[in-house]
Amino acid sequence: MLEIKNLHVKLEEEDKQILKGVDLKVGEGEVHAIMGPNGSGKSTTSYVLSGRDGYEVTEGEVLLDGENILELEPEERAAAGLFLAFQYPVEIPGVGNMTFLRTAVNAQRKARGQEELSATDFLKEIRAKAKSLKIDAEMLKRPVNVGFSGGEKKRNEILQMAMLEPKLCILDETDSGLDVDAMKLVSEGVNALRDGKRSFIVITHYQRLLDHIKPDVVHIMSNGRIIKTGGPELALEVENNGYADLLAEVEGA
Amino acid sequence: MNRAELKQRKLDATSVRLEGMTLPAGAAWAEALRQDALSRLLAMGLPQGRDEYWRWTRPDTLNADAAKPAVVFHADEAPVFSGIDRIKLVFVDGVFDAEASDALEGENLEIMRLSDALSADIHWVKDAYGVQEKKAQEPVERPFATLNTAFATDGVVIRATGKVAKPVSLVYLHRDETSDAILHHVIRVEDGADLTVLENGPAAARFNKVMEVEVSDKAAFHHVRAQGRDHERRAVTHVFATIGQEALFKSFTMTANGVLTRNEVVLDIQGDDSMAHVAGAALGDGDFHHDDTVFITHDAERCESRQVFKKVLRNGAKGVFQGKILVKAGAQKTDGYQISQGLLLDGDSQFLAKPELEIYADDVACSHGSTVGAIDEEALFYLRSRGVPTAEATDLLTLAFLAEAIEEIEDEAIAEDILHRLEGWLTRRRVG
Repeated sequence: MLEIKNLHVKLEEEDKQILKGVDLKVGEGEVHAIMGPNGSGKSTTSYVLSGRDGYEVTEGEVLLDGENILELEPEERAAAGLFLAFQYPVEIPGVGNMTFLRTAVNAQRKARGQEELSATDFLKEIRAKAKSLKIDAEMLKRPVNVGFSGGEKKRNEILQMAMLEPKLCILDETDSGLDVDAMKLVSEGVNALRDGKRSFIVITHYQRLLDHIKPDVVHIMSNGRIIKTGGPELALEVENNGYADLLAEVEGA
Repeated sequence: MNRAELKQRKLDATSVRLEGMTLPAGAAWAEALRQDALSRLLAMGLPQGRDEYWRWTRPDTLNADAAKPAVVFHADEAPVFSGIDRIKLVFVDGVFDAEASDALEGENLEIMRLSDALSADIHWVKDAYGVQEKKAQEPVERPFATLNTAFATDGVVIRATGKVAKPVSLVYLHRDETSDAILHHVIRVEDGADLTVLENGPAAARFNKVMEVEVSDKAAFHHVRAQGRDHERRAVTHVFATIGQEALFKSFTMTANGVLTRNEVVLDIQGDDSMAHVAGAALGDGDFHHDDTVFITHDAERCESRQVFKKVLRNGAKGVFQGKILVKAGAQKTDGYQISQGLLLDGDSQFLAKPELEIYADDVACSHGSTVGAIDEEALFYLRSRGVPTAEATDLLTLAFLAEAIEEIEDEAIAEDILHRLEGWLTRRRVG
């Protein structure tokens, strides 16, 4: 599904190397968690994958189903099946949530050579999906994320994910700013999308999200590299001992 | 240049402009009103670039002895408001076309061609024609409106005596590449009446239009205007309105393209507890020049006024906003709001704004803001990351930027029509 090979990334504006050789392979239907201390490069990885400006790839490649996506525009990556759930979803005054979603869904369908969804079909689908995420009609009408609470914003991200049906979902600290109930709701939304084919990269500081979204593989990232990879037990180890021991262990090795 | 020299230039410009023009004939009272306007015009002279009020919009082409030719624009779509059930009045190059127009009648409505009204021995318009235009010369001169009062050759006189179900739709067609049109409309919305006036079309190569509106107590007047997509015409327009007690005045203008558009709106709120809203959404490219000049006087208590002006500019287009709120002593509890914003789609375009507040009452709430900026990069990336291509995402954000102005249109069907136009026009620009 996804293969990141020796990815080196620096900031475009300044001479600062952020990723220093990231290697990662995510198979079909797998859920991978990336954990690590602040500033280790987790969010940068998600931004570079989605094509955000401001980063320069100096080495390496990213293959999505064998295609190097680093050459693609963000909208082309989206159409190719990549989805990033933002850590801080953007507020867009003046654009209705529903209009936004319909435009996005149809733009992707068009890019893939599919017919646009009719207004009725779209409405039917979004109502059903919104309901399971406890997003009411009012929230669909409001401008994108404007005046939404932290939990509402994250639920809205998951709704977009559900509507766009990507191959690969990247969740960038989706648990930040969520209370326990909201986290449960969001996790249920994500789990509902696990169908054995769709893959996930879950970026988080804390193990608690992984109680709800069970990962197959856990990676620890530090200083621009993945320094350790293991099973779900690795997340527990971090939870119990913090990152210090792990980092020391790697540096010692 | 000293003041005497400037004055001389203004007077010289006036002689050039008026060369060969004669005052239209009419009833004695009408001819006297025209003669009065001509005298006033000859005393003040036409504006020069040195005039503060014309600093950002060059009046040269409006002053010239003839209209600069403008290629006739052939639209590939049905004109705006086509789908609205309306009373359609058509003007071709500034001349009323009875054949192409609906009958001049309607329930609670009296419509007459201006020249007919000004030829009648007795007509209420005697007390209205040029009256607001004249009053509005203080504190700022508006010579093109005065020129209009003197020389207007056509127009309509409308009186609404109750709720008028269908909008009166003024359609301005342009067929002659060098046409120079001067239209003057006088509208009276009587106590408790309700009238909507629509305007659209390029009108002429050069177009000077005045609309004088009297909104009486508990009356409502809605005005929705669409200018564009023709590009080469030049237009200077004035809307003058007096607003009575518990009355409502709402005016919205959409402009797309146009090498020169100057829309002046002068409102005088005279009755307590009234509302006056003026809004504009403009979309321009290249040598587009668009100027909104607004002057709102609050002379009554507990009134609300809103000015919402948005301009989307690219490829060197220029947008101008001059907006003033004057709150007279005694106009307590005034609620005035003014926002003017420029969205620059590139580094070449320009948005110039001069918001002004002048307040003599002590218990008022007035706010104003003016911003100029580019498309929000964060929002753009968010949309693109969801699969929306850059051009389409930019259009979506552009419409979002204009939304606050469009929301000022009260009638849903008309608002929908305007919105679809804008969407279509943006798409056309995108596909080239």
